Amino acid sequence: MTKVLELHGITKRFGTLTANDDVTLTLAEGEILALLGENGAGKTTLMNILFGHYAADAGTVRVFGEELPPGLPRAAIEVGVGMVHQHFTLAGNLTVLENVMLGSEHLTRARSARGEAREKLLQIAERFGLPVNPEAKVRSLSVGERQRVEILKALYRDARILILDEPTAVLARPEAMRLFETLRDMTKEGLSLIFISHKLHEVMAASDRVAVLRGGKMVAERKTSETNPGELAELMVGRKVERPVRHDHKIGAPVLIANNVRVEEDGELRLDDVSFTVHTGEILGIVGVSGNGQASLGGLLSGLVHPSAGRLTLLDEEISHLGPRGMIRAGAGRVPEDRHAEGVVGELSLWENAVLERLRTPEFSRRGFVRQRAARDYTSGLIKRFDIRGASPDTRTRLLSGGNMQKLILGRVLTNGPCFVLANQPTRGLDEGAIAAVHVELLAARAEGAAILLISEELEEAVALSDRIQAIVKGRLSEPISADEADPQRLGLMMAGVWKEDDSEA
Amino acid sequence: MIVRLERRTHVPLHLVVIAPLAAIFTALLLAAGLIAAAGVNPLMAYGEMLTGAFGSRLSITEMLTRATPLIFTGLAAAVAFRARLWNIGGEGQFFVGALITAWIGHSLGVLGWIGIPLLMLAGMAAGAALLAGPAFLRLRFGVDEVVTTLLLNFIVILFVGLMIEGPMRDPLAFGWPSSVPVDGDFRLPDLIPRTRLHIGLLIAIAAAGAVWLILARTVFGAETRAAGLNASAAAFAGISLPRTIMGVALLSGALAGLAGSVEVMGVTAGVTTTMSPGFGYAGIVVAMLAALHPAGVVAAAVFVATVFVGADAMSRATGVPSFIADVIVALCLLTMIVALLFTTYRVRR
Repeated sequence: MTKVLELHGITKRFGTLTANDDVTLTLAEGEILALLGENGAGKTTLMNILFGHYAADAGTVRVFGEELPPGLPRAAIEVGVGMVHQHFTLAGNLTVLENVMLGSEHLTRARSARGEAREKLLQIAERFGLPVNPEAKVRSLSVGERQRVEILKALYRDARILILDEPTAVLARPEAMRLFETLRDMTKEGLSLIFISHKLHEVMAASDRVAVLRGGKMVAERKTSETNPGELAELMVGRKVERPVRHDHKIGAPVLIANNVRVEEDGELRLDDVSFTVHTGEILGIVGVSGNGQASLGGLLSGLVHPSAGRLTLLDEEISHLGPRGMIRAGAGRVPEDRHAEGVVGELSLWENAVLERLRTPEFSRRGFVRQRAARDYTSGLIKRFDIRGASPDTRTRLLSGGNMQKLILGRVLTNGPCFVLANQPTRGLDEGAIAAVHVELLAARAEGAAILLISEELEEAVALSDRIQAIVKGRLSEPISADEADPQRLGLMMAGVWKEDDSEA
Repeated sequence: MIVRLERRTHVPLHLVVIAPLAAIFTALLLAAGLIAAAGVNPLMAYGEMLTGAFGSRLSITEMLTRATPLIFTGLAAAVAFRARLWNIGGEGQFFVGALITAWIGHSLGVLGWIGIPLLMLAGMAAGAALLAGPAFLRLRFGVDEVVTTLLLNFIVILFVGLMIEGPMRDPLAFGWPSSVPVDGDFRLPDLIPRTRLHIGLLIAIAAAGAVWLILARTVFGAETRAAGLNASAAAFAGISLPRTIMGVALLSGALAGLAGSVEVMGVTAGVTTTMSPGFGYAGIVVAMLAALHPAGVVAAAVFVATVFVGADAMSRATGVPSFIADVIVALCLLTMIVALLFTTYRVRR
């Protein structure tokens, strides 16, 4: 096999941080290489060097045997390397064809070459098995279809090497599996692929070879057929990390009850006749593909969104109308979906964020003044108890890693003794060690009798933590099933909208 | 080769101090071009400026007299901007504060010095009321407060003109358009005899201390900072954004109103439409140069006052129009915005 891409001895430092340390990586023609590593392992830096966004301090990049000049963003694209970003770079109000043409049209030509472009696009779509309607507005496409457009965009620019950054982050499992089949077919057409991931099962399912980055260094390369998820996890994290196991225990009385709740936002129906019950000492998992109403459900239970019909009760008190402060007072702890946007004020210190929800309680204020010493002491306690690393109470919160930031938010919520906890995507974007820590805390809260609603897009997580699981599809909830009955296939069907009671959705 | 801006993990203290100085230096450098174009040696012109503001005991007190309202309006802008309430209406709030002070201060002449704090409260209330309207419109209907507060300035100044030509006209001013003066009991005592410098300067410095205390130590201040830095996280944590914004509006408007009140009682006695060389607008520059910090506001107000007073002297000595002061102050705003970018970000290739 010929080598189509060679990164040799790449080193890149940012100040004192070495993001890439003598990394060597090759890609053979027609191969699917998985680049595996935790957040901050240096995957993105490496790809940025390949694409000339950064100039490496040392090392060379060769594509099809030719050395690329460092720091020239167009160089890699011109020789046929394409990138499909995790966050799509598409204009929703333009058609598929227009999006594909954007940026590759001739500047000097007066009329746009729509006809030719359309022809070329359809030809590529046909050849690589990526069916698409060129005239459809991107806004009307599903997430999976949008990703297809992103891939087509790269292929339209004659990419022969394709790099996909966390391609399945936004896909449901069946869609992800379909994507992997498509990718496999594409390699038969002579394409070579690198896909970046931190999900082990995907790497196992889709790649020929795995390269593992850790702390900026290439720590291992394995043929996928000769390794296993356990070995890869250990290589990726550098030590054995085991997620905690849920032990069966007795579930108590109902705590939070939603009865036929309907939520409309901006004139659109977001939650349709939703009912569920969370009991003392229970974790209820809500699984689903992103964008099916999870955000509204999270908003509803945070006090940011109010139902237009139905009732929400917490320990028999109606809480439908309560705002965030009312929810906190009623005993609800809330872990928001987006740590940076809603969880913390990054520019404030740890201690200010730690007491933000309870600034007006006598514990942290007196006569309108903040009791700073009490707040700092409390935060020191959180840092110890929740193992928040590399920070003091006066550290700016935005300097925390994602995992430590999440521990701060969890600590703030759990030390308040909540009877109900909303955990909305609590481990999104976290690395293995931090995920395990979050799981431990959630299970501990469950053991202490909290009723927990877990919204997650990670099936493994939902199955591992939840006592019962419901799927959310287009704003509607399936009937709950117990975790013991939850096999991936059944959950996959539920997430696609197929459940026993209501087959008409399928 | 692309240039990237990279967020600094922390902003070192020396940069916080250097940034406004570098901004001022750059602004003076740019303005030097204009001064040279007017046919005057810029170094000489700036020399005249310094002498005009610091050359004598009298010029220093004049400069500090000018700095006093700027401290108030600078604080008003700083407080509002902290909460991302864009109060551009300091000028209007200054004038309503001044007008109400002259009006009440002229007709209630029996209280003695006790009236002084009462008149200050009246000025504060008037300023606060004037900003409460735009704040309400923004909270209720999403009306951009930049537009409403800015346009209110013109309405207020025209209204002041109406009042001082009509109902509040001073009959003793021989047709000079001025309002009736406040009663002698309500004139602020001089800080230094036989100068115009009055105890308003001390009140302004005390106000800076109070604003610092409010922002740094109180629950309201913490909520204000949280709401300004990340409104959705603040709302998620149960902080009421409308209440916080309205509280900030009242405080900001009150500070600008107090500027007008103190200026009337300390300097002008009556209201004229020319009593402010743009104190409200210059307050925005003061706040930005201070990076919205109350202590910095005092220092920045002294600088802007130096430019204002010094430019007059420079104009007399060299013939460069004194409008150069407005140019310098405006340039400072622009250069400071650039300087702030460089303090929060590091440039990387």
